Amino acid sequence: MSYIRIAKASWDGGLEKARKAYELIGPVPEKDSHKYAVLAAGQLPDMGFKSTKLSPKWVVFPQSEVMFEYTLDESKANHHILQEVPAAPGARAVIGIRPYDAKAIQLTKMNFDNKDYKDPFWLRNYERCTFVGLAINEPSSTDFSTSCGTGPFAEEGLDVLLVDAGDAFIAKVLTDKGKKFLSEAGFAEEAGADAAKAVEDLKAKAEAAITSKVSYNKIAGKTIMDLYDAPFWKDVLFGCINCGTCTYACPTCWCFDIQDEVKGTDGVRVRNWDSCMTGLFTHHASGHNPREHEWERTRQRFMHKLKYFVDKYDAGLMCVGCGRCVEQCPANIDIRTVCNTLNDF
Amino acid sequence: MRNPNPYEPYPVRIDDITVETEDKSLKTFKFVFLNPEHEEMFAYKAGQFAELSIPGQGEIPIGIASSPTEKGFVKFTVFKTGKVTSYLHSMQVGDIMGLRGPMGNWYPWEILEGKNILIVGGGFAFTTLRSSIKMMLDNRDKFGKIDVVYGARSPGMLLYMDDLKEWEAQGKINMHITVDKTDDPNWKYHQGFIPPVAEKVAPPASDDTYAIVCGPPMMIKFTMPVLDKLGYKHDHIIMSLENRMKCGIGMCGRCNIGKELVCKDGPVFTLDQLNQMPKEY
Repeated sequence: MSYIRIAKASWDGGLEKARKAYELIGPVPEKDSHKYAVLAAGQLPDMGFKSTKLSPKWVVFPQSEVMFEYTLDESKANHHILQEVPAAPGARAVIGIRPYDAKAIQLTKMNFDNKDYKDPFWLRNYERCTFVGLAINEPSSTDFSTSCGTGPFAEEGLDVLLVDAGDAFIAKVLTDKGKKFLSEAGFAEEAGADAAKAVEDLKAKAEAAITSKVSYNKIAGKTIMDLYDAPFWKDVLFGCINCGTCTYACPTCWCFDIQDEVKGTDGVRVRNWDSCMTGLFTHHASGHNPREHEWERTRQRFMHKLKYFVDKYDAGLMCVGCGRCVEQCPANIDIRTVCNTLNDF
Repeated sequence: MRNPNPYEPYPVRIDDITVETEDKSLKTFKFVFLNPEHEEMFAYKAGQFAELSIPGQGEIPIGIASSPTEKGFVKFTVFKTGKVTSYLHSMQVGDIMGLRGPMGNWYPWEILEGKNILIVGGGFAFTTLRSSIKMMLDNRDKFGKIDVVYGARSPGMLLYMDDLKEWEAQGKINMHITVDKTDDPNWKYHQGFIPPVAEKVAPPASDDTYAIVCGPPMMIKFTMPVLDKLGYKHDHIIMSLENRMKCGIGMCGRCNIGKELVCKDGPVFTLDQLNQMPKEY
């Protein structure tokens, strides 16, 4: 494993060089928080950011993505026949993605890239990305990532892990893609022999700062019906107003809708983020709705993350412990409480 | 080989439209692939469904009504109920649209071969059952005794009348047609709801007898106790579900019942499996 030292004084210049080979995406200020955005010419990521309301999942799974185009004009050849929208060209580097968000992309990959089907839109977005992660030195009070199979310095799904070491970033090179990014940016100064230890020390300190935890060791051993029929759901979810904030904020929520939109005779088929919190999500054309009540939709969301996914993939929870839903829920519903309640039931 | 982009429909032309029922709420659409290679790629089994894809309108998941033994076309019977189905009902022979699939699992023919089959179907859920019956008739020596109980509200609401008459005349399967009620003095079939008719005519339960049940929720609710009473084991009762869908390939997260996705792990489940699943359908 090689370590590269990037003096902060050379950081901006390096990113400018990297721009020749990559479209850059990174955290930028937005109101009282930050968001991940495509960086315009000259714009640089704010590497001192604390958190973002939304994860960078849109990089692989845009909020709205045109899949096909078509014409309804019968005088034209190929009318009413869908044409796949070509992939956007070029490589992208996602700078400052958090380790738990990178892990979340790996979890959602199990859905979009499986033995039966490959989602060409998701995969082409994913394949053009190089993930240049930024370790979290000071985790927030709602961060429970270490009990969700990831952590503030976790490396899964990253090509490079940057660690903020004061006057420099120490870059841990994890893949060939990561190596290429650093080379394009001209970051080539081998970090000294003490780099690995410096990273380990910061990692230990950050992990120790996370006191918030969930347990799910007993969930796999219970049946779906036991947990589904448990008596606590209505109490636990009483306050939920089905606003859907958690589903949009969640880096592992991937449900989507497909809609046709037409202007004149030009049409597109678009995929949009959707949310299991809405009644229409499952509403049959007959009027019947299998999840008629608000609390049933909230149960679905938690059961999907904490039980159905666990049973289907045997890869742990479909939750990376980023804490966004805990921070943003207007009804103060806390997935940690729900998870521990399921585990102890 | 199938289309590498599972969201991309095969272009098809509407070749024929049949109004199936007296209230005109059900029409059967016969599609022909614009590119003959796509028919090969669309190879399907009885019980599967597909997404009918109308540019500018959207997509709807519909059971395949034709049989894999019928070549050169694919047929779907569609109930006019929502945005896309209403638009489809206004379309004409010759119009171009799309077909995406086949999707989902099928009735477990690998297990059903050599067995006695009881089919219980009600209303317009009879579509994939038509596919199945036609397929079994074209492979008649591979199956034991076949009984079909099929009912609708009135004689004019029965689908596929020409097929029903032909199957009855052939005498290779036992047809038990019923309508809730009719004042037609010449009606020569059963009158009354499906469950009591099924109770009367169903073959005795055995390890070699399977029931395929497909119909409206009320029919299913009252047919299950009948099959229980007759001694059908829950792993010998096979059903096909519907849920709201979009992608049809297990990606969009919409149609799940517990950890199963109706579009990919289903739509066909045994009652035994359904007993272990939430009742979210």
